Amino acid sequence: MAGRPVLDKRLLALGLVLTLLCAAFLTLGARGDWGFVLAYRGTKLAALLLVGVAVAVATVLFQTVSGNRILTPSIMGFDALFVLLQTSLVFALGGVGAAALPAALRFCLEFGLLLGGALLLFGTLLGSGRTDLHRMVLTGIILGVLFRSLAGFLQRLIDPNDFVVVQASSFASFGAVDGDLLGLAAGLSTLALLGTWSLRHRLDVLALGRDHAISLGVDHRRSVLLVLVLVAALVSVSTALVGPVTFFGLLVSALAHLVMRTHRHASLLPAAALVAGIVLVGGQLVVERLLGLAATLSVVVEFLGGLAFLYLVLRRPVR
Amino acid sequence: MIQIDGVGHSIGGETILSDVTMSLPKGGVTALIGPNGAGKSTLLGLMARLQPLQTGRIRFDDLDVARTPTARLALKLAILRQEMPLGTRLTLRDLVAFGRFPHHRGRPGPQDRAKVEDALALFGLGDLAHRYTDEVSGGQRQRALVAMTFAQETDYLLLDEPLNNLDMAHARHLMRTLREVADRHGRTVVVVLHEVNYAAAHADRIVALKDGRLAFEGPPGEVLTAERLSALYGTSVTVRDVEGRPVALHYA
Amino acid sequence: MTAGVTWGAAAALAVLAGLSLFTGVIGLAPGDLLADPEALGLLLVSRLPRTLAVILTGASMAVAGLIMQMLVRNRFVEPTTAGTGQGAALGILLVTLLWPEAPILARMIAASVAALLATAGFLLLVRRLPPTEPLLVPLVAIVYGSILGAVVAFIGYRLDLLQYVEVWMNGEFSGVILGRYELLWASGVLAALAYLVADRFAIVGLGRETSVSLGLDYDRVVLLGLLIVSTVSALTVVTVGMIPFVGIVVPNVASRLMGDNLRATLPGVALLGALFVLACDLLGRVIRHPYEIPVGTVFGVLGAVVFLVLLHGRPARAG
Repeated sequence: MAGRPVLDKRLLALGLVLTLLCAAFLTLGARGDWGFVLAYRGTKLAALLLVGVAVAVATVLFQTVSGNRILTPSIMGFDALFVLLQTSLVFALGGVGAAALPAALRFCLEFGLLLGGALLLFGTLLGSGRTDLHRMVLTGIILGVLFRSLAGFLQRLIDPNDFVVVQASSFASFGAVDGDLLGLAAGLSTLALLGTWSLRHRLDVLALGRDHAISLGVDHRRSVLLVLVLVAALVSVSTALVGPVTFFGLLVSALAHLVMRTHRHASLLPAAALVAGIVLVGGQLVVERLLGLAATLSVVVEFLGGLAFLYLVLRRPVR
Repeated sequence: MIQIDGVGHSIGGETILSDVTMSLPKGGVTALIGPNGAGKSTLLGLMARLQPLQTGRIRFDDLDVARTPTARLALKLAILRQEMPLGTRLTLRDLVAFGRFPHHRGRPGPQDRAKVEDALALFGLGDLAHRYTDEVSGGQRQRALVAMTFAQETDYLLLDEPLNNLDMAHARHLMRTLREVADRHGRTVVVVLHEVNYAAAHADRIVALKDGRLAFEGPPGEVLTAERLSALYGTSVTVRDVEGRPVALHYA
Repeated sequence: MTAGVTWGAAAALAVLAGLSLFTGVIGLAPGDLLADPEALGLLLVSRLPRTLAVILTGASMAVAGLIMQMLVRNRFVEPTTAGTGQGAALGILLVTLLWPEAPILARMIAASVAALLATAGFLLLVRRLPPTEPLLVPLVAIVYGSILGAVVAFIGYRLDLLQYVEVWMNGEFSGVILGRYELLWASGVLAALAYLVADRFAIVGLGRETSVSLGLDYDRVVLLGLLIVSTVSALTVVTVGMIPFVGIVVPNVASRLMGDNLRATLPGVALLGALFVLACDLLGRVIRHPYEIPVGTVFGVLGAVVFLVLLHGRPARAG
């Protein structure tokens, strides 16, 4: 078989870079009680890695079944959906009521709502719109604007005191992650990731397109549905844990494809996971150490990610 | 044998096929011809269960297309439409290797690898096998796609206008290879053809569709007459006998 | 049809304008004008300028959107999502950074120049894209806009001007009074100028080769279009902030109703733009009286819904 050892080397290299970054993250500039620092930073690191892997894998899956490397759950309006749900929650329960929910309950509630919303969002778009990619993409973008505007609308109706709660949740935050929630999220993600791994061969066939997949005996409709459920679960867990965070999916997926240059999901999925870890942990290091917290992670990633995207789009024909 | 009974199909109120009934015997090359919009591609798509059947029944050797699990059907028939795979980095060898998926479901063995090489050789792709799909010409890509359907090792191959993008030499070579596939490998080939002369030269059987209905069927020598073809395509066609085969003149 | 729509829009606009004059926090009825001298003052200082500002903004942004679509040859771009608006904001930020006491005219010019450069950059990018991929253009526009947006957010954060950035990014008319909106008249003049050369923009919309073959100085017309689009956007951003989506929704609605003969439809586009924005502004004032909901939010919801209907309302193509 062509190329197996070469691919492994690249994965190893990525793994090495990630390990170094993690070590730096845990130790750089640490002052005071090592036990405390490591525990705090360790939780943060775990959240970064978990979210990174989940979103990266979800994005690669999403792109495989949508037949295009430009679409991501984020572009389809998923992050905006989260902000809307958050705002609706505060609107319905009041700021105090929402804050009074026990963390685990809130997490499960958000996860459930997001999961349902995501399935609706992705499912309807991919079902009927598949033949016209143009329309599908734009629908996603418009839905993003719609959700954000609805959220803005609700925000105006909320008591200004409650508004602060909503505002805080509109940005991804890795610092305040509850250890128990992390465990719960890790469990859910692991299930989804195991499910994904078992599909890796079928994904290669799905990537060929609907007609080819059916001809080769893959139940296209059922497989796509299953993949969408996995995507929805992964992005919902991540977002319920730390906030709107799917924006870096595009960057990570593009980089993974660039580095691995293969169609095999058995290599692409691990690569995407490692790249995501590097981007998030590295990005957070840049934000904390280089920029002195003068920007949020999303600003840094959007800027660099946007540049990477443009570079990729302009240098080769994209489907 | 392919048994098609009373198949009808409409999209958005428009009738594409109505009451198509025919049976195609096993073996040989059958050419599906007809003017634009006759329903040829739709029929092929229904045969290959790419679209759900609305009315009627289609059976491949007693396997009902609507009732048989898709994985089982993938061992019985293979279809090639005009869709291109993703812009992922696929070498031609990788592409053809996908044809073996119904057999190994993700874990290819040495036998699969051997069959891939056979397919590559049969379609003259040995030298190009390591190149990526976006590095080769449209015609070479097309040959690789046909090779993929061949590697699937099915009794039936359904091909929708495989000669598009092929120059004279390659088109002829492909039709000859399809002949070989039918004669020496015992497969049944059903191919939609735009240019009726390729059908006349290589097919054992012609099936003509017009306006969603069966117009006529039979061996080329018998059914490819000037009157029939002119009526079918709505333009005046003359037919000459060249070296024992009918040749349709519709160019001027 | 075109005439019908144009006159219909004009009539509806007149009605809404009338309503707008008498809607607001302070109750004002037509009868008051004769009785109360203060009422007349309110009308002249607040209501009339605001109504005029909304009309001018709506009209000129719709026209700017249409021109940009001609320049880029794609129906789904507009200045606020393709970097023009963000460029203007960047210009203002830089002026504030380097010359804090700058008069409004200087800020305006800086914003226009920055917007011009940003839009020119976008046009250059679009030229490099494969023409067979129309869906790439709005995507690249969004990514480009978000890169600039990230830079704006970063600098804004550094300068502690994030609040202003918020305002620029979310237009609203609540702060408009006499003496604060006059720049928008310049916007209106530019939109009228566009009408005079509408035919040329239509030809540019057919592509460079067609333009040259028809004897048009392609580059000069493109430059003129650029100037109009950037200046209108800059003026709007400086005065009232960005109102996303107007530039996409209105021209597309107009196209559906009236076709694409620019010379005939441009007045209709302007009137429809003014009409839609005024309607949203009125709604924003009325829904939660006496509190106001920003027109950007209202338009984000309604505009998105309209756009979705537009996008999916086309008859299905037969297989």
